[in-house]
Amino acid sequence: MKLQTSTMLALYSVLEAASQPGKQVSASEIAERYGVSAHHLAKVLRELGRAGLVDSSRGVGGGYRFSGNARRLTLMDVIERFEDIGARSPEPGAAHTDLGLAIARVLSEIDEIAKATFRSITIDTLLKLAEPERHAKTSAPVPAPETRD
Amino acid sequence: MADPDSPGITARSDQAGEPILEAKVWIRPIAAADLAQVIAIDAEASGIEKVDYWYELFQRYGSRGQRQRFFLVAEGKGAIQGFIIGEVRDWEFRLPPCGWVFGIAVRRDARLGGVGSALLAAIVDCFRRAGVDKVRTLTTRDDNLMLSFFRSQGMMAAPSIPLERDLE
Repeated sequence: MKLQTSTMLALYSVLEAASQPGKQVSASEIAERYGVSAHHLAKVLRELGRAGLVDSSRGVGGGYRFSGNARRLTLMDVIERFEDIGARSPEPGAAHTDLGLAIARVLSEIDEIAKATFRSITIDTLLKLAEPERHAKTSAPVPAPETRD
Repeated sequence: MADPDSPGITARSDQAGEPILEAKVWIRPIAAADLAQVIAIDAEASGIEKVDYWYELFQRYGSRGQRQRFFLVAEGKGAIQGFIIGEVRDWEFRLPPCGWVFGIAVRRDARLGGVGSALLAAIVDCFRRAGVDKVRTLTTRDDNLMLSFFRSQGMMAAPSIPLERDLE
């Protein structure tokens, strides 16, 4: 399962906001940190707002605040807002050949493992996972993620 | 093995956004008198009552003086609130000796109070004393409750991949 850029931006945004509970995080700060377009990020944040995962406020000092439950919200809950996570559509030629079907079965197995992993990791668990790195690193900019559009 | 003379472990959940639940539980080795409650807790969690299975496990894991097998219970409010069972296995699946947890359950009305975390911490301590520095477990990928619990305890995917086949 390869995640689209929008999905990765959504995960970064939710995690950035959840890591500072009660505080406003500015969109430009997130855009700069992950080296992404502010325009693209704004669309993602609007969708997160519609899903009730962030609250936004305008004006000086405005930004986005995490409004979910970090111990209940999983990575999959965020991902499925941006990805079609249903059954994999058959690759060309797969549906009517025995080899194609066998390969489709293996790819489906990989997808199921990926989904189970995303479903089992809450925002709180992921933030704990990032804690040692966050403490060790300075606030150097993070390279852009390897994703597809 | 957890010291029965220790003052017990206070299990507490105080994460932001959650009610603070405090369950003072005493983690100790299982005794024969606990078995009925362990069987009931397992039946509540799994939906299957496995009396013979638990009596057999008690024979193999519950007797005193075991150096590599651990069967612990969490006692609080005059009842067993949960249990955990595991052992140190040497060189299975080509893996260096490590601790394996193969059973854990907490009474439904005692969940979210830190009892599971306290049980896991206690058995990890037993494993450490037995000389290993890695703990592993196995769960089905649709058991989100269990997967999320172990993930929240810092556990990550292991290098092994379980495989299976239908027997004709």
